[in-house]
Amino acid sequence: MTILIVVLSFGAFFCLYRALQGPSISDRAIAVDIMAVIFSSITALMALKYKLAYLIDLSIAIAVISFVGTLALAKYLEGRSLDD
Amino acid sequence: MIEVLGWISLCVGVGFTVLGCLGLVRFPDLYNRMQAATKCVTLGTCGIMLGVFLRSGFTSLGVKALLCALFVLITVPVAAHALARGSLIFGVRLWKHTERDEFTDDRGGESIIEVDK
Amino acid sequence: MGKRFAYFVMGFVVWIVLVYTLQYQEVIVGAGVALLTAAIFGRHLPLKPGKLLSPVRWFWLLVYIPVFVYMCLKANIDVALRVLSPGLLIKPGIVKIRTRLKSDIARVFLANSITLTPGTMTVEIKEDVLYIHWIEVGAGDMTAASKAIIGPFEYFLARIFD
Repeated sequence: MTILIVVLSFGAFFCLYRALQGPSISDRAIAVDIMAVIFSSITALMALKYKLAYLIDLSIAIAVISFVGTLALAKYLEGRSLDD
Repeated sequence: MIEVLGWISLCVGVGFTVLGCLGLVRFPDLYNRMQAATKCVTLGTCGIMLGVFLRSGFTSLGVKALLCALFVLITVPVAAHALARGSLIFGVRLWKHTERDEFTDDRGGESIIEVDK
Repeated sequence: MGKRFAYFVMGFVVWIVLVYTLQYQEVIVGAGVALLTAAIFGRHLPLKPGKLLSPVRWFWLLVYIPVFVYMCLKANIDVALRVLSPGLLIKPGIVKIRTRLKSDIARVFLANSITLTPGTMTVEIKEDVLYIHWIEVGAGDMTAASKAIIGPFEYFLARIFD
């Protein structure tokens, strides 16, 4: 289990590279979004490992918040106002 | 049996997620990166959540993991779609070997395919 | 009214799954919250409540899930091979295809399915035209591309949602 978590963290490092390096703002946005989803799965794995059932709530919350953030950024890029 | 299935599911999920992230680093432009990342990470996360469900059964943890998998399955493609559309309109460049771009052609306006220097 | 009731039932089920207990306090609070959200947002529910009750549609949904999982696995192995191959085996492009699905929710699911299947990603939906980013552009004209990309899904989604 620990090995799986470590391997997933390497995946998050790849995303971090893209988030720091990415030439455009969208590259960074998608990298951060993917990173949040990976953290959500790491949290689920930790919930399984340490038998802490409440950590899975955190995992759902991370997924929801990153989704909303990415949508807001996409709307901003389109040059629209946020309320339509 | 179910234990073993759960482990397999977890390993497959983690493997695909890491491959997706590798794609995020390797591919040449935003849209190709997005393809690799969204596909692999969605299936990977669903695999991991299914694995958590199989290893913990119908407890609070397992059922919530399934809910989370369903949620990720719906939201990650939608986020990628919205971001891709936003970046096309914003004018993020396509890779220089892109075959054609009917979206920009139909909208009118300059081609946003990267040119070789 | 029907929409609000369907929304209420969905919200209540999600609440019960989230708290995963049947104590009366949780159930009462859940019913209250579901009622409130249904009263406020219920009219935005994008499907007709009558469709939720027809067993034929649920049957087609059950048939669709294995097809979808198979395509999804194929897509991932495809992408994994492209990522691991030493040269870049890609020839991307954005193509335009036409769907004959009518309702909005069916189109949303079609777009999601396209994004999760081999080498394609939806970029924009305008009425019945979809713009697809294709990682390896194949067929030339619009009808051939439509057939290649959405052929298998349209058949099922038309039976589930339309």
